[in-house]
Formats: sequence, C-alpha cells, structure tokens
Amino acid sequence: MELHELTLHELHELLKKREVSSVEATKALLARIDAVEDRVKSFITVTPEEALKNAEAADQRIASGEMDMLTGIPVALKDIFLTKGILTTCASRILSNFIPPYDATATARLKERGMVLLGKLNQDEFAMGSSSETSWFGKTRNPWNLDCIPGGSSGGSAAAIAARQATATLGTDTGGSIRQPASHCGCVGLKPTYGRVSRYGVIAFASSLDQVGPITRDVTDSAIMLGAVAGYDPRDSTSVNIPVPDYRKALTGEVKGLRIGLPREYFIEGLDPEVKKAMDESIATFRSLGAEFVEMSLPHTDYAIAVYYLIATAEASSNLARYDGVRFGHRNQDARGLLDMYMVSRDEGFGAEVKRRIMLGTYALSSGYYDAYYLKAQKARTLIMQDFVTAFESVDVILTPVTPTPAFRIGEKANDPLQMYLSDIFTIPVNLAGTCGISVPAGISSGGLPIGLQLIGKHFGEETILRAAHAFEQATEWHKRKALI
Amino acid sequence: MKYQVVIGLEVHVQLLTNTKIFCGCSTRFGSEPNSQTCPVCLGLPGALPVLNKKVVEFAIRAGLATNCSITPRSTFARKNYFYPDLPKGYQISQFDLPICVGGRLDIEVDGETKPIGITRIHMEEDAGKLVHLDTMEAGEKSYVDLNRACTPLLEVVSEPDMRSADEAVAYLKKLHQIVTYLGICDGNMEEGSFRCDANVSLMPVGSDTFGTRAELKNINSFRFVKQAIEYEIERQADILDEGGKVVQETRLFDPASGATRSMRGKEEAHDYRYFPDPDLVPIVVDAEWIEAVRKALPELPDAKRTRYQDELGLPEYDAEVLAASRDIADYFDACVALYPQAKPVSNWVMGELLRALKEDNREIADCPVTPGLLTEMLKLVENGTISGKIAKTVFDEMYKTGKDPAKIVEEKGLVQVSDSGAIEKIIDEILAADPDKVADYRGGKEKLFGFFVGQIMKASKGKANPALVNEILLAKLKG
Ligand SMILES: [Zn+2]
Repeated sequence: MELHELTLHELHELLKKREVSSVEATKALLARIDAVEDRVKSFITVTPEEALKNAEAADQRIASGEMDMLTGIPVALKDIFLTKGILTTCASRILSNFIPPYDATATARLKERGMVLLGKLNQDEFAMGSSSETSWFGKTRNPWNLDCIPGGSSGGSAAAIAARQATATLGTDTGGSIRQPASHCGCVGLKPTYGRVSRYGVIAFASSLDQVGPITRDVTDSAIMLGAVAGYDPRDSTSVNIPVPDYRKALTGEVKGLRIGLPREYFIEGLDPEVKKAMDESIATFRSLGAEFVEMSLPHTDYAIAVYYLIATAEASSNLARYDGVRFGHRNQDARGLLDMYMVSRDEGFGAEVKRRIMLGTYALSSGYYDAYYLKAQKARTLIMQDFVTAFESVDVILTPVTPTPAFRIGEKANDPLQMYLSDIFTIPVNLAGTCGISVPAGISSGGLPIGLQLIGKHFGEETILRAAHAFEQATEWHKRKALI
Repeated sequence: MKYQVVIGLEVHVQLLTNTKIFCGCSTRFGSEPNSQTCPVCLGLPGALPVLNKKVVEFAIRAGLATNCSITPRSTFARKNYFYPDLPKGYQISQFDLPICVGGRLDIEVDGETKPIGITRIHMEEDAGKLVHLDTMEAGEKSYVDLNRACTPLLEVVSEPDMRSADEAVAYLKKLHQIVTYLGICDGNMEEGSFRCDANVSLMPVGSDTFGTRAELKNINSFRFVKQAIEYEIERQADILDEGGKVVQETRLFDPASGATRSMRGKEEAHDYRYFPDPDLVPIVVDAEWIEAVRKALPELPDAKRTRYQDELGLPEYDAEVLAASRDIADYFDACVALYPQAKPVSNWVMGELLRALKEDNREIADCPVTPGLLTEMLKLVENGTISGKIAKTVFDEMYKTGKDPAKIVEEKGLVQVSDSGAIEKIIDEILAADPDKVADYRGGKEKLFGFFVGQIMKASKGKANPALVNEILLAKLKG
C-alpha cells in the first residue's frame, strides 16, 4: 500500500519497526499533496521545508528510541491554529499577512510529540460557515465529488483526509465544524467535551462553543489524536483539570448492553431518505452487536439554531474586534484618520458572512435588545444543556444523523444563509450543551457521497462514544471506502 | 437661586501586584515601550486571559476595609469599544456582578462624622497609552505603548453622598489612606496609580431630585479635586441661573486654568454592549478565603487612632499624626513594642525624627535610625546615662551614621555625670570664681540661678545631670 494511504496507527507501526522513515512518509504525503491539491484545494499554506525538517528530527528521535504515537506522523492543521513563524490566516484577508509569534497549545503538544507539520488547511473565514466557501483563499472541494462542498468550517481538514493529503488533521467545532465536514467527506470527526482540549492559540470564533478535535481516517486514529492534544492547560481558564485517559484502551469492540438513545426530534420529516436509510441500517448494526435502543426526547431542540446564532454571533462580534489594523493584520494604508482606518481596514479585511455575523452579534448585545436576545438565548441554552444531562441519566450514547442531507453542491446555498444555517441542526445542540460527539462513516448516497452517523456522549464521555464508534467501524466497511481522486 | 451640590466619585486604584491581571507580564512603571507585553496583553489572536489570584485578594482586602460585602460568585464582563490603546477591542471589567458591593466610609468634615456609601468595587484591566509624535521626518504619527495594558485596577464607585468639595476631598483622602495602608496601591496620584473621576450635579436647596450631572476627568491631586468641583459648581450654577440646562457630558479638568472643558468624541453616548466574558470562569470566593484575608488585614487608620488615644493615652493630635500613614504608624508601633512608653516615643517620632526626614526628603522606611536604635536611646535617657539635651546630639549622630546610641555615648564621652561629689566640685569652682554674683543672688537677684546652671553645664560639657545640678546649686546658694 502507498504510504499516503496509511492510517496514523498503521504508519506508526511501520515507523516503529523502522520499515519506513518519517522522511519517506513525509515525501509521500507531499507528493500526494502536489498531485491532487489543484483539484481539492485543501491547503492555504503547504510547508514542505518545515515538514522535511520535522521528519528528519523525528527519524532521529525514533532512532534514539524515544518515540511517541505522533512521532514522524505527517499532520496538517486547520489555519485557525497558531503556528509560530508560519502564516496563520483563519482564511481571512484581515490576517492574510499574520505570522504568529507563538504556538497554540494544541500545536505545541503535537510538536512535542514529534509530529511533522505539512501545512495549514483551508476553512470558512473565521470558522463561520458550513461549506468552506467563505475563505478569502478560495473554495475547498469535496474529494468525493469536486462539484460539491466538503462541509465546513473545517472543510480543508476533512478534504485533506479524504484526499489522503495528510495522515491526520485537527479542526475546530463551534456548531458542527468538525463533525459535518467529516460526515460529508467520509472521515471520522470528533468534537470533544468543552474544556477537554485547550483553546489557547486557537483563533476564537465563539469562545463558549469552540472546541478543538481531530479529523482522521478511522476511530483508532481519532482516539490517538485526542489523547495527544487533550488535557488541562493553565493558559485556558475554561480547560478542565481532569486526567486524560488512554482513549485507545476504550476501544474494546464491546457494546453489548450499551443503551443508545434515539431522540425523536432528530428523526424528522424532511430528513433525506438516504440519510434515514443509513441511520436505520446503523441502528440494525448496533442491535446485532448487542446494543439496546431507547426512544427518547430532547424537548428543546427546536430552539437550538436560534440560540446558537445569537450566542455565537454575540461572542464573535466581540472576539473579532481585535482585528482593527492597529497591531497586526490588514490595514488600509490610505485611510485618513482613526475611524477611517478602522472602517476601511475592516471593510476590506472581512468577507460578507463574517460581516453578517458581526452585525447580528452586535445587534443581539445592544442595549435595549440584550435581554430579549442574548439573555433569553442563554436561558434557552441552559434548558438545552439540561435536556442532555437528563437524557444521559437513562442512556449511554445518543445516535443521530450528522446532517439532514449529504454534501450539497458548491454555490447551492451560498446565497441563502438561512438554509445554510439549518444544515447544522443536528450538530449545534451538542456545542450548546458542551458535551462530546463523533461523526463516523455510515453509508454512501446513490450520488456517491458519504453519509455520517453521529454518536453523542455525556460531558467527558469521549471513551464511551469512541468505543461505540469503534465497534460500529469494526462491524462495517464504510470507513474503508475512499474518494476516487 | 441657592443650589445644593451632589457629588459621587469613581476612583481607579492601580494595584501593587508584581504581574498583570490576566498575564504574567511585569507591572513595573517606566520601561521601554512595549517591552512588558505578551500575546495576552497585546490582544493577539488566540490569546486567552488567566486571572491573577492576587488581584482578587487585593479586591477582597479593599472590600473588607470599606465595609463592603464580598460577592460569593462574581463574574467578568467585556466592555466593548474601539480605541487604539485597547488591544482586544474590549476591556475586561466587571458589570452586573462586581466583587464587592454595599460598603461605607466615614469621613470627618468640620468635626462632624458623615458616612459615605460605596456602591461597588470591581476589578478590571487598564488600557495602554498613546504617544503622539510630530517629527520632521515622519510627520504626525501616533504610537501605541501597551506596557500598561492589562495592569490590574480596582474601580471604587461611591454613592452620590457628598455635598461639598471638602467632603469629596475628605472621602478621597480617606480612601487613599486605606488603600495605601492595605498595601494594595502605592497611592501615587501624579503617576496615575490613584485617579479620580467626579460626578457633579446641582439641585435647588431643599429639592430631592438630582440635577443633570457632568463627569469630571483628569483630576490627579487632592487640590485639583477641590478646584475642579468648585469650578464646576460655579459653572453649573451660572447655567441654571440663566435658565439654561446642564448637559450630561464628560469634562476634562485643566490644571493650568483651573477650569473644566467639554470633552467631545470617544466618550460620548456609548453602548458598551457588556456581556459575560466567556473566556473566564466565575470568581468564587468562599467564607474561608474571606476570613483568611480578614485575619491578615492590617489595623486600619481609624482603629489605630482610637487605640493610640484610648489604650496608649496619646493626645488626639499625636494619634492623628502618627496614624496618618501606615509607614509612620508601623514605625511608631515597633518602637512602642520595644519601649512601652508611648508619649516619649511619640514626642521623638513626631519631633526630631519627622523633622530630620523632612529636611532630608527621605521616607521613614529608609530612616537610618531604626525603632531599635531610637528606643535604645530613650532607655539611656530614662536610666540617666544621658540627659534629654545630650540625647538630641546622640540622635543626630545616629541619623548620620546609624550607629548604636550606647556606642556613640561612649565614643564621644557623653555619659551624664551623676556623681554628686564631682558635681559639687564643679559648682564650688564656679561659685568661687564669681563671688559678686553669688552675693547678688543672695541679695534677691534670683534670676542669676539660670546663669550659674549655664556656667556649670558648660564646665561639665553638658554632661552634668541637670536635676542634681539644680538640687546641689540651690542648696549651696541658700548655704
Ligand atoms: Zn502580558
């Protein structure tokens, strides 16, 4: 098998046995990027020199016998992660010249383990979108069908895995931005519990919702990547100080007696029949493995999208205030005076979707509207969170679709923000509740597009959803299907 | 018409922590521009604030010392506005749940005690500062120095309880005394460590409806506070007398002219869009923490003054002077601990010591005469080794050299002569040298007694025990 086709754990075994070197693997991945990048456009920045330098260092480390699971593994990061000395844009013109002076904690943790950095991946601008169409650097395409979107906002992270341009990637998930593109691209995408992975050095979209997670080829890789980046970080006050388990040990293949909830609010009219069929088949698979199904309700699901678009935009409107052209990033040089500098720099620097959300969020926080919008949204968010806490008193895992339909065509919803927002209906509640969720491949549509299955766990229930996802993966072949590109 | 002025003060207290409120950068004043910065206080993408626990402790100290209740679970909020000295485009402050609420300070004006309500005390970060330069090469340019950004502040907001400029100054002085006593602020008003905004409005005497207020800024001394408020009272009274309306606005005080002027622009009618900062978790302060801080509180000025009068028996004036600053009070307390005779200690501290320090422009903390030295010297006076007069010589020498008083007495041969035989001998010589004056004295010119004492002390180089001299001389003259 070709080196770029290998999963992380497969490549690790070869590196460990010294059957291949990290330099060889890295060259293979760089060659693969060269071969398909024109068509997929997963990357904003490819860093071949950095990658080969990292690979040489990794080979030395392997030779010295101090090897980590990540040592020598070619990884690419969503361009939302700060990488010291390497352009980090968040897919925005306003950061199109930003070279960070420090590493995100997630970047640093992977570096310490000896990863090879292949480059920075495309995304929706400031992670605001579900299609990776809003990037200043152009659209990423779905490797399964180049006319379709890869999903978003971590579209580059998913497309790079599907197109075998990286062995593993990291994305971020604010309302589905890991799980939805993973589903659309036939990958495994994990959004950990809020507080599980540090947000330090991750460019903020909505601080109370953003969470870092891996997009990988299979569930084992997902467990390895989560273990590599998870854990308390004193630089992030919202990171939680509880031990990081060995997630691979959770992958027992055993789901006998696992109580899986099916929330009736998620199996609604309007669900794509092929998605519905994939869910039915998945349920049958789990049943055959000995899992038990429980019909249940998450009664406040209806409010999730409205609540999300108030809270996320409110936080974003404030988080994005620092892009003012004063200290870094794009500044219009012809501006006359301070106000002009702000207005022109920001007008030129931000794209339409980002501006839309800044305006929505500013409005939601405005005096006179705060109580009606932001405060009410916070109250509804508490109810949504309570739905999940109550649900997990009687079930271990909740099974839902990831998205109502497979990937749509590029441009199809670009001018219809509301339709675009609705495509995240099954993933958003998990962010609002702060729990964890994983998307695993569970079918292929008649059009040849992947369909994902979402398993939602309770707070810090990553081991349970990884175990369930892994058992499902072992019982099915979906993760072995690959995009023909 | 006669007007009643209504004043409320908002005081920003810069805290004496070593590091900033949300990052590990130093808070030192006067370094190279932007040398004390990091991704957090520069507001770089991805950077996150982490609360400095010391700031919370200082806030609790301030709250307890001003009779506030401490909020068990308070939160930080973002105050959103754009300005180049504000790197994140928002200031992290507290809004609806500040750390301290509902306090009180008692002030004294014209012998009357009056309580001034404290609405709240909250924690927040300072902004950076702008430097405007106009040079031949570069033209007009503005630079941003973010060393000060993220420096910890407390904002102490009073109720509109003050009714004169004097009351405002008294409140401000009292608050200044407390925060410096607590060791949470250096109190330097010129450098802006303790700065005050005043809300001033007028209403007709007898009314209970407040008028429209103006907010006065940039008043960085007690004197300017009085000046600015008094100017503002006159300005508003003139407007009202002419049937006009006071505009709600921010006004800058100009120390050069003593006037306030309207400050248009960025401060006007802002919607700050406060909301809870999602990057920070709520600050939980339990009873145990509050008790620990309370136990560690220093004795505060009011309590000290009372103790000096009631327990040490000092006059009101002494108590006032000694308790006015924490450093002086600490010095005095240390002396009394070593030598429990409050009045002589007080006399020396308020007299020679403060005078010498003042001449020298020196802080009491740097005084070469330590409480140990001073009290050693007082003991030498008490046991008759030296006279009170010689003690002044000894003190000056200690102040110059920091030497032990006993050693100074020994080296300079300043031991008081209390040997009555030796004194008698000197007296005999003096009297024998001037029989005419002796006769005059005996003839009724009793004023000559002082002359003889002078001669005797001179002959003994000041070392003769004055009480003995008096006693023996009197006996001999009456002879
Ligand atoms: Zn800093």
